[in-house]
Amino acid sequence: MSTAAPSRRSEQPRTRPGRAAKFFDDRLNIAGPLRKQLNKVFPDHWSFMMGEIALYSFIILLLTGTYLTFFFDPSMVETVYHGRYVPLQGITMSKAYESTLNITFDVRGGLIVRQIHHWAALLFVAAMLIHMIRVFFTGAFRKPRELNWLIGLTLIMLGIIEGFAGYSLPDDLLSGTGLRIADAIMLSIPVVGTWVSFLVFGGPFPGDLIIGRFYIAHVLLIPAILAALIGVHLALIVRQKHTQFPGPGHSEHQVSGERVFPTYAAKAGGFFFIVFASLTALGGFAQINPVWLYGPYNPAQVSSGSQPDWYMMFLDGSTRLFPSWEIRLWGYDLPPLFWPTVVLPGILVTLAAAYPFIEAKMTNDTAHHHLLQRPRDVPVRTALGSMALTFYAVLFLSGGNDLIANAFDISLNAMTWGGRIFLLVLPPLAYGFAYRVCLGLQRHDREVLEHGVETGIIRVLPNGEFIEVHQPLGPVDEHGHGRLPYAGTPVPKRMGQLGATSPLRHLRGFFYPVTEKPEIQAALDELAARAADQSPQGELTDSSTSSTD
Amino acid sequence: MTTTHSEEPTAEELRAMTPEQVMLAGAEADGVHIVHRRDRFPIRGTRAEKRAERAIALCFTISALGGVGFVVAFVAMPYHWHLPGTPQNFKFYTPALGGLLTIMLLFMGLGLVLWAKWLMPEEEVVQDRHDEPSSDEDKIMTEATLAVGLADTGLPRRSLILRSLGLAGGALAAVPLVALVGAMIKKPGTQLHYTMFRRNKALFPDTDGRVPLVYSDWRRVSPGDLLPGGIATIFPGVHEEDAQGKNGLTSASSPTLLIRLRPGQNVKSRKGQADYGWPKENPEYVAFSKICTHAGCPASLYEQQTTRLLCPCHQSQFEVLEDAKPVFGPATRSLPKLPLDVVIEDGVQYFVARNDFNEPIGPGYWERA
Repeated sequence: MSTAAPSRRSEQPRTRPGRAAKFFDDRLNIAGPLRKQLNKVFPDHWSFMMGEIALYSFIILLLTGTYLTFFFDPSMVETVYHGRYVPLQGITMSKAYESTLNITFDVRGGLIVRQIHHWAALLFVAAMLIHMIRVFFTGAFRKPRELNWLIGLTLIMLGIIEGFAGYSLPDDLLSGTGLRIADAIMLSIPVVGTWVSFLVFGGPFPGDLIIGRFYIAHVLLIPAILAALIGVHLALIVRQKHTQFPGPGHSEHQVSGERVFPTYAAKAGGFFFIVFASLTALGGFAQINPVWLYGPYNPAQVSSGSQPDWYMMFLDGSTRLFPSWEIRLWGYDLPPLFWPTVVLPGILVTLAAAYPFIEAKMTNDTAHHHLLQRPRDVPVRTALGSMALTFYAVLFLSGGNDLIANAFDISLNAMTWGGRIFLLVLPPLAYGFAYRVCLGLQRHDREVLEHGVETGIIRVLPNGEFIEVHQPLGPVDEHGHGRLPYAGTPVPKRMGQLGATSPLRHLRGFFYPVTEKPEIQAALDELAARAADQSPQGELTDSSTSSTD
Repeated sequence: MTTTHSEEPTAEELRAMTPEQVMLAGAEADGVHIVHRRDRFPIRGTRAEKRAERAIALCFTISALGGVGFVVAFVAMPYHWHLPGTPQNFKFYTPALGGLLTIMLLFMGLGLVLWAKWLMPEEEVVQDRHDEPSSDEDKIMTEATLAVGLADTGLPRRSLILRSLGLAGGALAAVPLVALVGAMIKKPGTQLHYTMFRRNKALFPDTDGRVPLVYSDWRRVSPGDLLPGGIATIFPGVHEEDAQGKNGLTSASSPTLLIRLRPGQNVKSRKGQADYGWPKENPEYVAFSKICTHAGCPASLYEQQTTRLLCPCHQSQFEVLEDAKPVFGPATRSLPKLPLDVVIEDGVQYFVARNDFNEPIGPGYWERA
């Protein structure tokens, strides 16, 4: 016990944080709950950063987007341009396009904020998608986290719609072409198609309302829903606590990592600034969406190589690949556009939403899961995921098949036919391939656990037989077979990975020998010496008596 | 406040502890077990510690300098666009701002992360998940609260109230929906069936209602304007605005492609469109809607050699010599053909549209048939 006398501490907190906290505790009674949150433990793994990147991109989108609203005029009223960009002077355009040009050319630093905003939008959706892939392949969506899977899926869909709405706002030639296609997609819906299109555009395309309507959806409606859902998403993580890969101290009942205050908060805060820095670098050095080169929207014009933002490209691809099948019945028409742009995304979203429940049903799994799975340990799920990703990749590449055809001098028609064939053939192949790879990796893990790590040492026995020496990972039975069971964690495959070394240690040691800080090294040496004194025999096993195979 | 365990130290005991011990006790009370905690620099004030501290401080200093540099660049650097051939210094403005912002933010982030990694104590902390289901007592009592509450309302047995409440709720939900969506609904009617090429005797009495064809600058289109194999985008020469405020040039259904065939090229016409070109026999000029019948992009890439029109959005291809029939890609319908005619005014031949397209232009829709 401390020698400090109790009387030296009065009711009044002595520390400055204590006094600050007392002010709030006197009014809100939050000492207990606050300490709980400060002490909350977050696990660390590089793959957990994807969701963080998405969250930070969203914050950056709010910051840059608010700035842009100070200068943007979401009006389709026609005006004649007299601004600084000489090539467009005297051209009739909408106020929306003119104000986008003004943000670019007349507002100091307007261009970089616009570019950061656009890059952040691309990163936002990309980070969400990669986060979703991580959650899928590691089984983090399983009970009790199905609700968060569904919220996440909604967030991705809303993110894509939000991105498309924002991309349409400048009213330039490229975004107008995108809107035209969106109108055609609405028109393709059976029975109510024309009514939907007229409802959204306020009349026949393009009308003069759509920019204003998309604007309020883009800056208020969808961001509000996104922010609310992100809040629920995070609240559920706090409530259910983060998942974690199996490992020492990580069990179904415990989470292991660092406390929020101060270490995790400092790291996460620092990571926010690093994400922001990456986006400012992109916004400053990598031009994106140069609308002044496209010109204002004009229904009579289009430029070749018209590409949407990346997250729409899979839909563009499916539209390009879908065959020219049209259904005409009883005087009514079902256009070919309906299937790849309405039905296909509907199926994809439904499958994704239902997957956690389908998997639980098929595997009769009603248990709670807080430990993640390595993708190799669930070959069917991994193979299904690979199949879905391959399907998506073919659609995605087909969304730019004209650019690929141009760059590699391939016939455009060959690209389309190739896409159609690959779309049907590659996903099943990817399923089989991923399944086999998973089984192979599983077997290798079991082999190392049973026989040990290959040492690379070949020994000649007296009878002339050559054997390779294996280093067992733990205690062995009478046959020299390892007794360690597989625990769902990475199994060391090389001698350099043995022991408590981090997987990056040999990378660090590539440039200079890995050394501990001198103080720590001295302390470790002292501890080792003390341990050696206390147990002269030691517990080091002779590795040369290892099992042979 | 949290319920106190019997093992938890009392306030008196806590006051007797060091702050670190109190912190550990607080963590234990929250189910947080600090299994490993080590100061990165157990001996204070070593050179290595000073070095780490200086490096982190350097990060924050560079970050601050980046911010100062940003403000200076923001105010001082030229940013106005200038024509090519004049000094292009404005091109450095955005990269300079981006670079300086990046320095400011990156070193702020690096400083924070290195601070956590180098100076804050190394910790390995385990927290209980508390994933046990709610206790039986809780479940039973909550269920009873719900059930009795519902019974208190009497709804299960007072079906009259239940039904009328359902009606009121439905009205409550329907009214905003009707008010909002109803305000936005516009009846499509036949608006998609016609274009501004439609005969208009009120506007064009001299040509018997036939609409003159114009270029995008309102110049009228004459047969001699195009070379063989040439194409031009033409529009209905209607200056008057329609209900949507669009005139012949700005209406989205207007863009039409006029093609002058090469000598020897013959169009295999679709049924009923044989005389839509000009001249009616062995036409030299044909005109097709430029709006792709697939998704509405302008199908504007004309390959003279193959006589195909390509839409750059989804690569539908239309064979001009077969009345713009789709020959590749997702489009299912031919581009509608505009019936052409020529009038002579002041001794000059001008194109007019003999009539509107004989079918709706652009992407398909349910009522199109």
